[in-house]
Amino acid sequence: MATMTMVKALNAGLRRALAADPKVLLAGEDIGNLGGVFRVTEGLKAEFGGDRVIDSPLAESGIVGTALGMALGGYRPVVEIQFDGFVFPATNQILTQVARMYHRSHGRVNVPMVIRLPYGGGIGAVEHHSESPEAYFAHTPGLKVVAAATPSDAYWMIQQAITSPDPVVFMEPKRRYHEKGEVDTEAIPMPLHQAKVVKPGKDVTVLAWGGMVRPCLEAAIVAAGEGKDVEVIDLRTISPLDDDTILTSVARTGRAVVVHEAMGTLGVGAEIAARIQERCFYALQAPVLRVTGYDMPYPPNRAEADYLPDLDRVLDAVDRSLAF
Amino acid sequence: MAAAADEDFVQLLDPAGNRVEHPDFSYSGSDTDLAASLRDMVLTRRFDAEATALQRKGELGLWPPSLGQEAAQVGSAKAIADTDRIVPSYREHGVAWVRGVDLKALLGVFRGSAMVDYHPDDKNFNLYTWVIGGHLLLSVGLGMAMQRDGRVGGPDPDANSAVITYFGDGATSQGDVNESFVFASSFGAPVVFFCQNNQWAISEPIALQSKIPLYRRAAGFGFPGVRVDGNDVLACEAVTRWALERARRGDGPTLIEAYTYRMGAHTTSDDPTKYRGSDELDAWRAKDPIERVKAYLLRQGTIDQRWLDDLAAESDALGEQWRADCVGLPEPDLAQWWDRVYAETPHALLTQRDDFVAYRASFEEA
Repeated sequence: MATMTMVKALNAGLRRALAADPKVLLAGEDIGNLGGVFRVTEGLKAEFGGDRVIDSPLAESGIVGTALGMALGGYRPVVEIQFDGFVFPATNQILTQVARMYHRSHGRVNVPMVIRLPYGGGIGAVEHHSESPEAYFAHTPGLKVVAAATPSDAYWMIQQAITSPDPVVFMEPKRRYHEKGEVDTEAIPMPLHQAKVVKPGKDVTVLAWGGMVRPCLEAAIVAAGEGKDVEVIDLRTISPLDDDTILTSVARTGRAVVVHEAMGTLGVGAEIAARIQERCFYALQAPVLRVTGYDMPYPPNRAEADYLPDLDRVLDAVDRSLAF
Repeated sequence: MAAAADEDFVQLLDPAGNRVEHPDFSYSGSDTDLAASLRDMVLTRRFDAEATALQRKGELGLWPPSLGQEAAQVGSAKAIADTDRIVPSYREHGVAWVRGVDLKALLGVFRGSAMVDYHPDDKNFNLYTWVIGGHLLLSVGLGMAMQRDGRVGGPDPDANSAVITYFGDGATSQGDVNESFVFASSFGAPVVFFCQNNQWAISEPIALQSKIPLYRRAAGFGFPGVRVDGNDVLACEAVTRWALERARRGDGPTLIEAYTYRMGAHTTSDDPTKYRGSDELDAWRAKDPIERVKAYLLRQGTIDQRWLDDLAAESDALGEQWRADCVGLPEPDLAQWWDRVYAETPHALLTQRDDFVAYRASFEEA
C-alpha cells in the first residue's frame, strides 16, 4: 500500500502498462520531454523511449487519427488530450472513425485505444480548460467512457482501459489531481465497468463520478449529523452505465439525486433519471433530482464556485428529496 | 542555435542597431515614427511585466507573456489601417496596445472576472481566443465578407480593407489552419496570416511541427510566404504593410513568418527550464527587439537619455494604472450569464436563473 496523488497514480499505472505490453504507447502534446502539462507522463519518455512516448505535433485531430491507425496496426495507443476543451478539434476522428470502426467492419476490427481527458473545473482556469464533455462521448455508440475519482481508481482503471478491446474515453478530474489517496498496487481491482458504493446508506442514493464524488461524500457526512443516511455511489463508468448497482440502490432507498459538473440539459444525469423511473418506478418515493452545472458555457473562473455543484447544493437536493 | 534559419529573412535593422538594405522591402517611416514604435514596444513590455507580476500575486489566474515578441506585434500592428480587421490569438498584447484596445479587458480575461469584455467592432479587434488555430477559418470568412461588400480591390485604396490574423508556430500543425490556407487561396481572400514563430509550442520545438521553414509552406497552397526577422520592428512593419496592401488590392493572401523567440514561459503555469537551455535564451537576448532600436535612435540623435527617462516615467505611471485597473475589475455575478447564452433567451434558462438567484438568496437570509 502506498499513498500518492492521482497524478502519481496515473503515472505509475501508465508505467506498469508500458512495461507489461510492448504494444502500449503514449502520444500527446508535451507528454515526452515535459512529462505533460500536469506531469502525468513524467519520466516515461526517458524510461521507454521516444518511439513509445511520442511528443505529437500540435493537432488533436492528428493525435487521435494517427493513434487510430496505430491501433489498427496492432498497437495500444493511449493519447492525452491536454485539456477537455481541446478535444473538440478531434471529435471528427473520435465520432466518425474511432467509435464506428468495429461496427463498420461487422465486428471484424476492434480499436483498443484510450483517450485520456483531463477534465472539469474548480482549478481557476481560463476558457476551454474547465469543461466536462462526457455526455457527447457517452451519447456516441462504440465509445466507452469512464471517470476516476481517486488515486486508486486512477491507477487501476487506466490499466484496465488500456487492456479494453474497445476505445475508452478516460476522464481525469483535474481538481483531484493533487489529492492523495491509498493505492494498493497488489490488489485485485474491481471490473472497469462497475460502479462502487463508496458510502452505504438507506435514505437516499446520491450518484456522482470524477470530481463530484468528494462533495457528495462531504454532504453525506453533514447529512449524517442531521440523522439522514445518504448512500453515495461513485459511478466510475458512464458508458456503459452500471445499471445493476444504480437500480439496486435506488430500489432500496426509493430516492435518488444525480450530481454532475456538466450542464444539466440532456446530460448524463437525464439518462440516469430516465432509467431509474423506467425500472424503479414503484420503488420511488420522490422524483429523481439532478444537481448539475447550469445551461451555459463554463463561466469566468471567479464565478465558478457558484456554478459547480458543491456540498450545499447536494445537501439541498437531498433535503428536497427526503421532504417530498 | 538556429543561425542557419536566419539567413533568408527580411531584416532592416540588425541586432547591433545598424540599418540593413533589402532589395524588396524598405521601411517607409521616419526616425520619429520609429521612436513611436520604440515607445510602444517598451510599454508593451511593461504591460506584460505587470500582468506577469499580477499573476504571481494571485490577481490573475494565468498569463501568457509576450516578452521578446514586441517587434513582431508592434511592427505588424503599425501597418494595420482602421479599415482592416484584426483576429488575434491570445498573446497579442502588443497589437492590442497599438490598436487602442482596452487592456483592462485583457486582464479581466485572465483574472477570470469576465469572458472577453470588449466589442470586436470597437477597434476592429476580434476576441482573444484559446483553442489553437481555431480562429483562422473565421479570419478567412471575414475576408470573404469584405470581398462581397466590395471592400477589396476597389478604386480608392483608402476604402479597401483586409484581415490580419495572428497565430503561432504550433498552430500550423492544426487542420483548421491548413484548411484556412486552402480557402484563402481558393477564393483569393484578403488575409494576412501572421505567424509568430517563437520557436516553442510549450515544450515542443519548431522542428516537431515543421521540417521546412514555415513560410515556405505557403507556396504549396499557392500564395506567397515571407520570413521576416520577428525581432526587427522595421522589417515587421514593412513586410506586413506590403502584405496588407496586396490583400486590400485584391491580390490575395500572404503568409508572414515572423521569426522570433518566446523569451518567457508559454504561460505562467509553465517552467521552460524543464525543456530548453539557457544558452539558447542568451543567444536570443542578444537579438532583443527593443535594444537594437534604442541603439539606433540614440546614435541618430532622435532620442536621448531624457527621452528615455520620460518614457520610463510614463511606463511607471501606466504600470500603476494597470495594477489598479486589474484589482478594480468588478467581480462576475453568475446571475448575469444566463441571458448571454442566446440572443433570444429560452424561457427555461430564465427560470433556471431565477431558481439560482432564489437559492443563493436563501443563504443570505439564513
